[in-house]
Amino acid sequence: MKTKSRASARSAGQSSIKAGAQIIVDTLIEQGVDTMFGYTGGVVLPLFDRLYDAPINFIIPRHEQGGCHMADAYARASGKVGVVVATSGPGACNLVTGLATAMMDSVPLVALTGQVRTELIGNDAFQEADTTGITRPVTKYNGIVKDVKDLARTVREAFHIASTGRPGPVLIDLPVDVEVNKCAADGKADMRLPGYRVRAKGHSRQISMAARAINKSKQPVLYVGGGVIISNAAEELRALAETAHLPVTMTLLGLGSYDQRKPESLDMLGMHGSAYANYAVQECDLLIAVGARFDDRVTGKVATFAPNAKIIHVDIDPSSISKNVSVDIPVVGDAKTILGQLAKEVEYQERKEWFAKIAQWKKKFAFRYDQSTSAVKPQYVIEELCRQTKNEAIVTTGVGQNQMWAAQFYKFVKPRQLISSGGLGTMGYGLPAAIGTQIAKPEATVVDIDGDHSFNMTMTELATAVEHNLPINVCILNNGYMGMVRQWQELFYGKRYSKSYVKNPQYEAVAKALGAVGMTVDKKADVPGAIKQMLKEKGPCVVDFRVEREENVWPMVPAGKSINEMDGLDILESMA
Amino acid sequence: MKHIISALVENKPGVLAHVAGMFAARAFNIDSLVVGRTEEPDLSRMTIVVVGDDRVVEQVRKQLARIVPVVKVQDFVGQPVVARDLMLIAISAPAEKRPEVLSLIEMFKGKVVDIGQKFVMVEVSGPEEKIEAFINVCKPYGIKSVARTGTIAMPRHAKTDTAPARNAQTQESQ
Repeated sequence: MKTKSRASARSAGQSSIKAGAQIIVDTLIEQGVDTMFGYTGGVVLPLFDRLYDAPINFIIPRHEQGGCHMADAYARASGKVGVVVATSGPGACNLVTGLATAMMDSVPLVALTGQVRTELIGNDAFQEADTTGITRPVTKYNGIVKDVKDLARTVREAFHIASTGRPGPVLIDLPVDVEVNKCAADGKADMRLPGYRVRAKGHSRQISMAARAINKSKQPVLYVGGGVIISNAAEELRALAETAHLPVTMTLLGLGSYDQRKPESLDMLGMHGSAYANYAVQECDLLIAVGARFDDRVTGKVATFAPNAKIIHVDIDPSSISKNVSVDIPVVGDAKTILGQLAKEVEYQERKEWFAKIAQWKKKFAFRYDQSTSAVKPQYVIEELCRQTKNEAIVTTGVGQNQMWAAQFYKFVKPRQLISSGGLGTMGYGLPAAIGTQIAKPEATVVDIDGDHSFNMTMTELATAVEHNLPINVCILNNGYMGMVRQWQELFYGKRYSKSYVKNPQYEAVAKALGAVGMTVDKKADVPGAIKQMLKEKGPCVVDFRVEREENVWPMVPAGKSINEMDGLDILESMA
Repeated sequence: MKHIISALVENKPGVLAHVAGMFAARAFNIDSLVVGRTEEPDLSRMTIVVVGDDRVVEQVRKQLARIVPVVKVQDFVGQPVVARDLMLIAISAPAEKRPEVLSLIEMFKGKVVDIGQKFVMVEVSGPEEKIEAFINVCKPYGIKSVARTGTIAMPRHAKTDTAPARNAQTQESQ
């Protein structure tokens, strides 16, 4: 992230008088930014004027929320900091959902927002909003720059804070006069962050204690989250799991950190996780949590979570440790360093009985669905997609059933392969995320596995994909419902489908009107051919799969239950 | 259990809002929160009194430390500290009761800072219990109004002598 570009190399060392807007652009380039997302407006005109001929690929979304999700997915897919710009007032307010999404999932993002002139602040000026006030709870850090002399330093601090430790979004509010005012930019303003420290290296005594616990354990489980992907620790994770011989279960955001085709993989755990992962966690004597935060969708009823286990928790954020579940061996630091160290200190144990037990569960309770009907099953679409893309597509998702089926039926093999809104659960994330991902990875096959109602929320961004001729693939698993809400209404509200569907448009026609390729599939037999055709298209392609309307996601841990109290196991078994 | 938490923070706009917002968002209860400048112009000290079990207070401490402009967090529980509250209180003191009221003020080492026909305004400082006790003994006479600062605190001798704030700030709180 610190690569110096040619432009900054040219200006390095010379102290020149520059306007704030130019200082911002120069500092962005110095920070290695070559791609930005954003929408213009009154008070960011000076900044956008400086972007006119800057060497930065600029993507304009159709709505600021879309731009924020694009920058977020760009960051998740590439590991770089995503950058989004918006104007004051409504522009800034429209970023809030995107910032909260990035905050919950620890995504490095820098948001720049315009603000009214300094002397107008607080006067309810046109398009004025208290942006720092509104975004404070949904950013890792934010601030307003009131003096052009503080600009370069603040932008550097923003990138540093966003990308280090537990990453997160940072917002800088820029009054328009600060963009216009000039000062001598010497390019050397040092960061001043006395309250910001990152502890990267884990405590060696804690690591040794963890290694001893692993060596002693007869029934261990590794439980890994998005932190492993963020810290690029998949290789170290593999080394640890193989060296010590440990089964691995992943959170939604952890998927991809361990090859799901391997026998040690227990796939996802939690509310819609695999029965074998949930049983293994409940029966394990040692739970090794790495870069995960014991979210309620993972733990179910906290009081009965992993009741027999000693718990090791590796996390870079001390406040994650013992927040929801009390931990026996905390290790604060970067997952990559600590996993690497652990891999060196553990010994191989065969754990024959434990793995045999797991293999039995895996066989008995594999993710299954009814293959005998001629209806288009959503799970079948995903399985076929996984087969045709050879497990190598980058998958983005909406939120709800589509997301859970994607997590269950696409088998991920490498990090940064699943881009999904986990913590906040933001419907509408899938399409803009696919755009951000495709821009970060132009060569990759990017597939948005979406729901109809999720897609409805941000489908206007299809126009953005068409404008840039991005070969994204959108698979709408169209059941005509807010599927997960409908599932809960079926199970817990006596099938009263209260306000859980709208009249959907013809997605094929929408796609075509916006300049994309559109298809509709309502027969099971047409699924493979449609996917094949979709993957061949050179531009954006939307396939409307008319799937079984009342299909449910199984297994399911009802809210408030322990994770071994799953519904739907009989259904899985009956389809064996 | 009551904990006095002392947070050294950067003296810049938005920090108080950030801290107060964090308490509200995470449903932590604040008994009192006092902010004031320190000997360093760019640092302020917040003294926060929270009531909660160890796990809650541990989270409070960690969540505070996580806020970027928060430089250092200390929980004074279990160590000897000097804790003080300052109060201004206006007490009804008509001529016939005035000697009684004045002797009470004397007993609590209060200071009369304003005096009128019917009321006296008194400045009292001390540990919270003393302040509460003074309010209680004044009640029968009639209290017109009370303004209190909330608790500020500092650990006793050894600590402050050897670890002035500037040097101690690099010490990780976790």
